[in-house]
Amino acid sequence: MADNSAGSHARSWNGSIGGFVVKLLLMAVINAVGIMAILSAYFANSWVILAALVVLLLAANYIYFARRALPLKYLYPGLVFLFVFQVFTMGYTAYVAFTNYGTGHAGSMQQAVDAALIQGERPVEGAGTYPLAVVRQGDQIGFAINDGGEVKVGTEDQPMAVIEGAEVTEDGPPTAVPDWEIVPRAELYQDQAFADQVLGLRVSMSEDADDGSVRTREGTRGTPYRSSLTWDEGSQTLTNTDTGVVYSATDRGNFAGDDGSILPTGWYVNVGFDNFSRAFTDGAMAKPLLQVTLWTFAFAILSVLISFGVGLGFAILFNDERIRGRKIIRTLLILPYAFPAFMSALLWRGMLNPEFGVINEWFFGGAGIGWLTSEWLARAAALFVNVWLSYPYWFLVCTGALQSLPGDVLEAATLDGAGRFQRFKSVVLPLLLVSTAPLAISSFAFSFNNFTIIYMLTEGGPFFPGNANRLGATDLLISAIYKISGVSGGVADYGLASALSIIVFIVIGAISAVAFRQTRKLEEF
Amino acid sequence: MSTEFSPNRSSARTRRWISEVGWKYPLAAVLIFYATFPLVYVLSASFNPQGSLSSSAALFSSLSGANYAALSDTSFWTWFLNTIIVAGASSIGAVLMGAAAAYAFSRFRFSGRRFSLTSLLIIQMFPQTIAFVAVFLLLLGLGEVIPALGINSKLALIAVYLGGALGANTFLMYGYFNSVPIEIDESAKIDGASHAQIFWRLIMPLVSPILAVVALLAFISAFGDFILAKIILTSEENWTLAVGMYQWVSNQLTSRWGLFAAGVVLAALPILILFLALQRYIVGGLTAGSVKN
Repeated sequence: MADNSAGSHARSWNGSIGGFVVKLLLMAVINAVGIMAILSAYFANSWVILAALVVLLLAANYIYFARRALPLKYLYPGLVFLFVFQVFTMGYTAYVAFTNYGTGHAGSMQQAVDAALIQGERPVEGAGTYPLAVVRQGDQIGFAINDGGEVKVGTEDQPMAVIEGAEVTEDGPPTAVPDWEIVPRAELYQDQAFADQVLGLRVSMSEDADDGSVRTREGTRGTPYRSSLTWDEGSQTLTNTDTGVVYSATDRGNFAGDDGSILPTGWYVNVGFDNFSRAFTDGAMAKPLLQVTLWTFAFAILSVLISFGVGLGFAILFNDERIRGRKIIRTLLILPYAFPAFMSALLWRGMLNPEFGVINEWFFGGAGIGWLTSEWLARAAALFVNVWLSYPYWFLVCTGALQSLPGDVLEAATLDGAGRFQRFKSVVLPLLLVSTAPLAISSFAFSFNNFTIIYMLTEGGPFFPGNANRLGATDLLISAIYKISGVSGGVADYGLASALSIIVFIVIGAISAVAFRQTRKLEEF
Repeated sequence: MSTEFSPNRSSARTRRWISEVGWKYPLAAVLIFYATFPLVYVLSASFNPQGSLSSSAALFSSLSGANYAALSDTSFWTWFLNTIIVAGASSIGAVLMGAAAAYAFSRFRFSGRRFSLTSLLIIQMFPQTIAFVAVFLLLLGLGEVIPALGINSKLALIAVYLGGALGANTFLMYGYFNSVPIEIDESAKIDGASHAQIFWRLIMPLVSPILAVVALLAFISAFGDFILAKIILTSEENWTLAVGMYQWVSNQLTSRWGLFAAGVVLAALPILILFLALQRYIVGGLTAGSVKN
């Protein structure tokens, strides 16, 4: 370490200790928030998050109070965010890619058992329905029911028991219960978390499990329910007491019955390379995905080539000192780039509308051309819009590159008798390509993942007929992943989506590796 | 200018001027039309009181502020404010964290420095958006512990954007920090300045142009992000402009067109002006490898 003044707060320089006070205050806030978060992780039984929080908080205190870790004082905040929200998420993507995480496989085995028990619940025959009130005692909630004029109260752990001194009308719910506070119904509607807690509460009618447990759907009436399934932890099986079917755990994360049926709720397990092979071989999936992949490459490559060509052409045209008003022309020509991209895409979506859009109206005499509804026209439109958005980037880059071309080389070429075209082909273009190639590669990677343009313009459509995930002709891999993942609702398949993300990672990684060599950026350090 | 008109110009000179320079003016007009007609069209549509897609084809047929006034009956201003909060906070955070990291890499020599720079260079090549499924699942888990960092929280979205800040900006700033002579630090150190004082009072003012560029690029990229904002912000009062305006256009394209156009004009104008004002710096940043969203 070259720096040896670490931690000296140099009060002589302007003689201020303000910085130290600010640091103390900031650290106090961070520690307070951190400890609160650690406590709530403890109460939520989230051990991984708890461990991460403890490590991060201890590291923060060490870094900002020890005198040694000087560079880390500056790097730490950025690194925390980088590790949690970028490095971790990449690693987690790789992990999920090898599981069947998704709808029907969304939690642990224990959660699947709990869900199965709840799904197997049936009202206890002949038990009827009781007027009910939700009651509270500090943090604990319970049910108070009117059982033929007798008030019974119970909680999750305490079965229903008669309580003396409660007030109740003949057929209504209990109105006052000693030691318990009646929760007003309005609170159920206002507080979603509380409502979920009430809906999830089961209070046993008695010590005998066959009497069932009271549950409520709306907070005013309670009905005893009994699950038709029983869980045997020793043999890891669920048994349906009505039909006698025994469900046992499979290695695919499901409960399969001995009659061949499968319970809807499973848990997620490692499935090896299943997701990857499904992407390539599953008949319903492989063909659209192949089309999407080809289009993604085509879109990215053509976007870069055409925008580069257009931008370079403009740059050559207007990189001429004899033209007046070059500044104004230049500013007007880069306007599409200064305009927020998502708005442009939405704008073009309206302009390309077949019935009312101005493109048909102005340029095609009102012909109802379905720019975004026919497969190839939609692809062409997506490319056109993306070029319109991005050529100014290349216009700017190429103008800069043209202006920094060595004048003596051009002069030498002219003296050697090279014509204008010859000069362009043999001198200007090669020099330009050398300086812009790295940018072309990052631009390719950017187009490859340009979710915004595609989703805003066409949502990936026109959709392939009969495709369950609504994949379409203009879908890029990233928008296909979005649809398959189900993060926006619908059937979720996080496993397959993550596997496809890994494939995109590999493509981008390979391309970046090429760029890496090209630019030899590493040697600049 | 060599092409100054003069009364006694020869016709040969005129012909030469036309063949070399003059033809570029009409061409420029065509190209400028290509570049700007959608923008002129949206400006015109925003003033069209009928507000539907079909009625907006006639340019500037009427000038009315009806669409702008009607925006206050929608959630537009809520989304606008949300966008400012999210993009502003992630922009400030990105500048502070990026500048601190660039300062450390530029001024301190520590073990692991080269390795850190290399790793950062590799990490930043993988855009965060590809891992959005994992981001979604991470926030689902975090939300159970810290609701403020769960799904449907603006704070969570800001935190996710900040996750990409170090990778995207450090290199841009690192180069600029290196161009500030180290003698400045050293003489201040001799005068008794601490590293924090050097950073905040000496270096930061000197590198303010790059801070402005990074702030603007981070702001624009958060402003324009759609995929992360869409999956994280689920309830309408939390949406950003990108999510909200997408919803307008995808659901009621033809009837909400006037509103959309007015919203576009209002939201894009500040960005457009900032971008053009800082153009010179941004182009420098772009050619250094960052790509605007």
